[in-house]
Amino acid sequence: MIPAESVRDETMTQIYTTAAAIADEVITRKQRPIIDWDERIDQIVTSRIWGFPIMLGLLGLVFWLTIAGANVPSAMLADLLFALQEYLTAAFQWIGAPDWLHGLLVLGIYRGAAWVVSVMLPPMAIFFPIFTLLEDLGYLPRVAFNLDSIFRRAGAHGKQALTMGMGLGCNAAAIVSTRIIESPRERLIAILTNSFVPCNGRYPTLITLAAIFMGGGVAAAYSSLVTSATVVGIVLVGFVTTLTVSWALSKTLLRGVPSHFTLELPPYRKPQVGRVIVRSLYDRTVVVLGRAVKTAAPAGAITWLLANLNVGDASLLAHTADFLDPFGAALGLDGMILMAFLLGLPANEIVLPILIMGYLSTGSMTELDSLDALKSLLVEQHGWTWLTALNLMLFSLLHYPCGTTLITIYKETKSLKWAVFSAVMPLAIAIGVTFVVAQIVRLLGLV
Amino acid sequence: MNVTKKDTLSGPGLTTGINLQEAIPVVALAGNPNTGKTTLFNRLTGMRQHTGNWTGKTVTRAEGDTQIGSRIYRVVDLPGTYTLSAATAEERIAREFICFGQPDVTLVVADATALERNLSLVLQAMEITPRIVLCVNLIDEAHRKGIAVDIAKLEARLGIPVAATSARSGAGVPELLAKVEAAYTGAIKPAPMQVRYSPNIEHAVAEIEPLIAAQIGQRYSSRWIALKLLEGDESITEALHAYVGPVNLPPLVRAREAMV
Repeated sequence: MIPAESVRDETMTQIYTTAAAIADEVITRKQRPIIDWDERIDQIVTSRIWGFPIMLGLLGLVFWLTIAGANVPSAMLADLLFALQEYLTAAFQWIGAPDWLHGLLVLGIYRGAAWVVSVMLPPMAIFFPIFTLLEDLGYLPRVAFNLDSIFRRAGAHGKQALTMGMGLGCNAAAIVSTRIIESPRERLIAILTNSFVPCNGRYPTLITLAAIFMGGGVAAAYSSLVTSATVVGIVLVGFVTTLTVSWALSKTLLRGVPSHFTLELPPYRKPQVGRVIVRSLYDRTVVVLGRAVKTAAPAGAITWLLANLNVGDASLLAHTADFLDPFGAALGLDGMILMAFLLGLPANEIVLPILIMGYLSTGSMTELDSLDALKSLLVEQHGWTWLTALNLMLFSLLHYPCGTTLITIYKETKSLKWAVFSAVMPLAIAIGVTFVVAQIVRLLGLV
Repeated sequence: MNVTKKDTLSGPGLTTGINLQEAIPVVALAGNPNTGKTTLFNRLTGMRQHTGNWTGKTVTRAEGDTQIGSRIYRVVDLPGTYTLSAATAEERIAREFICFGQPDVTLVVADATALERNLSLVLQAMEITPRIVLCVNLIDEAHRKGIAVDIAKLEARLGIPVAATSARSGAGVPELLAKVEAAYTGAIKPAPMQVRYSPNIEHAVAEIEPLIAAQIGQRYSSRWIALKLLEGDESITEALHAYVGPVNLPPLVRAREAMV
């Protein structure tokens, strides 16, 4: 009598022995000792001592290159696109279009899209190729290897580190990439916590605010360094939140033990630089940007309408912001910021433009291509402090994922319940964290 | 012109999108992760999707067309797996496509620097289909590491066409494609060596195999299905129902219980 398991054992054993025997017959290894560079490098990048500093250092370097490199092209694009707007306005006047049409199409839709392009395109065009090079080189599996034991202790899967890495690019794409996690329980944990990794749509907000309020507070020479350090700090907060929430989920709603898996450390390969750059620009940058513009344009129109439709003595936008103000103040934010997050649900990248549009009395976005102009708008006219900036960054990091990501979560989990949970749970955390931070900072009299 | 299409897969138990009415010959790409399978796929189909160098990245099944000789072939990139048991959704997708998708040629891509581990997948695939060609890829990397592979001997041992390639540079790819074409036209008739198991198992297989063949015909490997049934592999039963139709399994199960 042979039970099924022993048939399975025997067939697998026989397959492996046969494979080993054939391999042995057909392979000849040269005698000369060769230095295994892969192994040497792996001993360093996955070592207990150097693994983490190297990871953080590389992350910081990628952000620094992105931040330092994106400033100039961003300003140039803004100049170009807003100069184009003058011509559009002139054209509208020439054909005698009504003011509301010009307002809706040019001040609403065009400016919304132009802002997104000028703010997002340069950082993406730098970030995606660099990140893709690291991916192509084979570094990402080493990251998963380094983080495996931490994730295991949090009751999650080591491959979650890879899906988080994808999240740095785009959370919606990362949700799809969780398919590499076989166990449904751990896959769900990875899905629900992915939005704690700030995506490409949120860097512009993080970078802009960090540059004004943190980088702006030090000597110019250190400013992009401090800005990058702040952004890395925010990413680390997101990382700690991911682990905490993963741990809490695996102890409550998604109980279970982490499954074992084999993670192959693939050989390092020389990245195909030219192709990587072209492909990451085309496959990622253009796709993400296209989606951002598609959502920014209607959101710009809605914001313009809300800001220009008056009820009584103020606009609809002002009324709603006033209504939300006390709640916003308790979180160290204000009503308009909350309004911007609500209207920014379709895409995180439009939160800041909507906020600025709402702040400006004209009810539409101005150029504000210089950070100084933005700073004076925020600090002098709307009473921002570093706490406002910090809490907006934290809220942006921790709040619900964007609409596209939520739809992707629904498609992947095929469950409305989990899709709703994936929005409500982070929102509760965002509210809780910003509330506590605001109260502590105020209690200690730091602002 | 390249026609490309991507099927999205989500979660276990999903459809593999197998279309049996397809008239154009189908080449399925199978293999371990990180063997350059997708690089080869991109080279063949001109589909320039980027895939990173990390395990388990092909989560969608991609397909595209390529021309070999005067014929257009549809190439299907299956998820990379280490074995063809049914432990994960990827493994199920890969093996069910190789068996029930009836590709005209199954092209297994192996990593020349880790041939031993890769060969176990090759041997498993050889149990599922006789229309099989092996591509020993990353041969340039193997050379750098001082590893030489005797392709002629490998061909003789396995009984299937084998070609050494470097999909990144394209070296060896024309020779590989010539073998794929020969396997399709019948110019070469692969005769995959079958791993033999202990007398107990072989005896049980001999009893069950005809019962299966009588029901499903010669299209699918009844030896492989018999082995899976003996292993108590439940997903093979599900797959038989899904792709072949109502198969009368109780006699098989009874036979298995009597034999084993």
